[in-house]
Amino acid sequence: MVQAINNAFDIKLAEDKTVVMFGEDVGVEGGVFRVTEGLQKKYGVQRVFDTPIAESAIVGTGLGMAMSGLRPVVELQFDGFTYPAFNQIISNVSRMHNRTRGRFKAPMVIRFPYGGAINAIEHHSESPEALYAHIPGIKVVVPSTPYDAKGLMISAIETDDPVIFMEPKRIYRAIKQEVPEEKFSIPIGKAKVLKEGTDVTVIAFGALIRECQKAIVMAEEAGISVELIDLRTIYPIDRETIVNSIKKTGRVVIVAEASESFSVGSELMAIANEEAFLSLEAPPKRVMGFDTIVPLAQGEPYYMVFPDRIFYEIEKTAKY
Amino acid sequence: MIFNDFNPLEDKTFRIIDNEGKVIDKARMPELDQETILNAYKSMLFARTADQMAVSYQRQGRMYTYPPILGQEAIQVAAGMIIREQDWLVPAFREMALMLAKGVSLKEIFLYYLGNEEGSNFAKANHVLPICVPIGSQYLHATGIGYSVKYQQKDEVVFPFIGDGGTSEGDFSEALNFAAVWEAPVVFTIQNNQYAISVPVKSQTRSINLAVKAVGFGMPGIKVDGNDFFAMYVAYKEALEHARAGKGPVLIEAYTYRKGAHTTSDDPSKYRTREEEKSWEKTDPLARLKKYMDSQGIVLENEEELIQSYKEEVDKQFLEAENFRPYDLEDVFNYMYVEMPDDLKRQKANYEQYLSWKEKRK
Repeated sequence: MVQAINNAFDIKLAEDKTVVMFGEDVGVEGGVFRVTEGLQKKYGVQRVFDTPIAESAIVGTGLGMAMSGLRPVVELQFDGFTYPAFNQIISNVSRMHNRTRGRFKAPMVIRFPYGGAINAIEHHSESPEALYAHIPGIKVVVPSTPYDAKGLMISAIETDDPVIFMEPKRIYRAIKQEVPEEKFSIPIGKAKVLKEGTDVTVIAFGALIRECQKAIVMAEEAGISVELIDLRTIYPIDRETIVNSIKKTGRVVIVAEASESFSVGSELMAIANEEAFLSLEAPPKRVMGFDTIVPLAQGEPYYMVFPDRIFYEIEKTAKY
Repeated sequence: MIFNDFNPLEDKTFRIIDNEGKVIDKARMPELDQETILNAYKSMLFARTADQMAVSYQRQGRMYTYPPILGQEAIQVAAGMIIREQDWLVPAFREMALMLAKGVSLKEIFLYYLGNEEGSNFAKANHVLPICVPIGSQYLHATGIGYSVKYQQKDEVVFPFIGDGGTSEGDFSEALNFAAVWEAPVVFTIQNNQYAISVPVKSQTRSINLAVKAVGFGMPGIKVDGNDFFAMYVAYKEALEHARAGKGPVLIEAYTYRKGAHTTSDDPSKYRTREEEKSWEKTDPLARLKKYMDSQGIVLENEEELIQSYKEEVDKQFLEAENFRPYDLEDVFNYMYVEMPDDLKRQKANYEQYLSWKEKRK
């Protein structure tokens, strides 16, 4: 996935002079995860550069650039380090288009690695998608494969609205997949049915798609037919795909890593109730993190969502 | 007062011994007896031994990650000698030697990097805050503690630490500003080790040095040779007196070099040269103090044996951390709130049901 995202940047930097890229350690080092490796060398320090450590400044100056003719792609180094920029995102980036009745746009991508299960120290394992999806005016995208990462990133850079692009660091290098060299894009706002099934709908995104796929193997062995939906975009959410599937299966299990209360899981349950109520044959179920801080490495196995816990809830929901 | 004598606007650096251990500022040389100097050296040696072993535990796959302090021992040992038990230590995350000096155990430090929150639950260091990973945010807490102790009329001084990169965060400036306005008893330290992961100081700021940032906030600032134990000692001594006298905050830039990696996940060869690393070799804080000691006939006997005994002590503490009781589900939930909300109790009960289902399937 690291290569696929890097390739998307390469394509956009080459074809669009207004694209600039910056953040902490993104230039000389090429990012702590090497996502921007080689780009400064190829496109120069005017276009790919290191900044002082100040997340609020990275996003705030990015907005200034976005309002004046550039398309910045800014990196915040980790999920847990995005919050100093929260003020800029919620108070300015998300509102500029609306406040000025369209006189200014904010075509920028704010990208960061997210998620746990990599034995990291504090503030390096969080899944803040709900915090950002809750902000009106922001699009939130999370890829689950290298192919999707490239196609979605190209769309994100080309979108005139601000996009939060969350990269599942746990699978940065875990999935090997052939990704076409040439430019292609995947539309923001469209979910994908990864597997069709008839008994239970499982909805997930990002790193947990893989965990769901393992759980589904267990479920199918137990005679349960599962339909798997990869959200790809958290907001704007693809109601149509979600509702069609739930209407078909009558059962839904939502899988994500963040704390479950007031989460993307909560939103999906609301959609199930609003639009597929009469089709439901079991209460919608969330398999998510606790309402706790992500524990440090020794406690992470309790918090993280693994395949057997997903299977456990799929089976209960199927039998309800 | 040294804060008046080394104007950061003129980019002066306070230094007492040179790289050869020769005293170049006799007037300001602190009066320390031989045993105190010897003990300071031993503390630096212990810290360096523990630091190197921590890196090797990580390399052996026994610890997840660790930020080495290699090269920054003099700052921390000197500060540790000045900071009193009632004073507050507000660390960033590269202050292992100083945390040890203030009563945190190596076992606790290791336990943290073994991925257990109990490693921040210091048994004997009440006025030491846990390390702070969100860069710079701890500086504000220090200013708040400064207000608090002043309000409560306590004889306590606050010692926050930050790196050079952290000075770019808004929190850094806000903390200095508040502390100055409140005349809070805070001794701010910047450990300027030249790098914020891969980004050098010159890409971080165009200030002639970092101490000069104090000027704009209306407080004294001084740039000190951070690899000179004696200079650091004197700077902290005067800073403590300044703060205790109710004169408000000061800022100390400890000019040093991060000889190791940012953390064990980092590879400095990506962004700096061997030549540069070598050029800093001659400023090494332990080597300099040793040269001074040699010149004064202060003898450290059986250094090899001493290091061996340190290694055994470090290993003992690491094993204690490794053999700490297994992490329990309770540990995830118990401390989220003082009073656990019902909803958390429900989540925990549900998870226990799942665990018993899992047990039955085996």
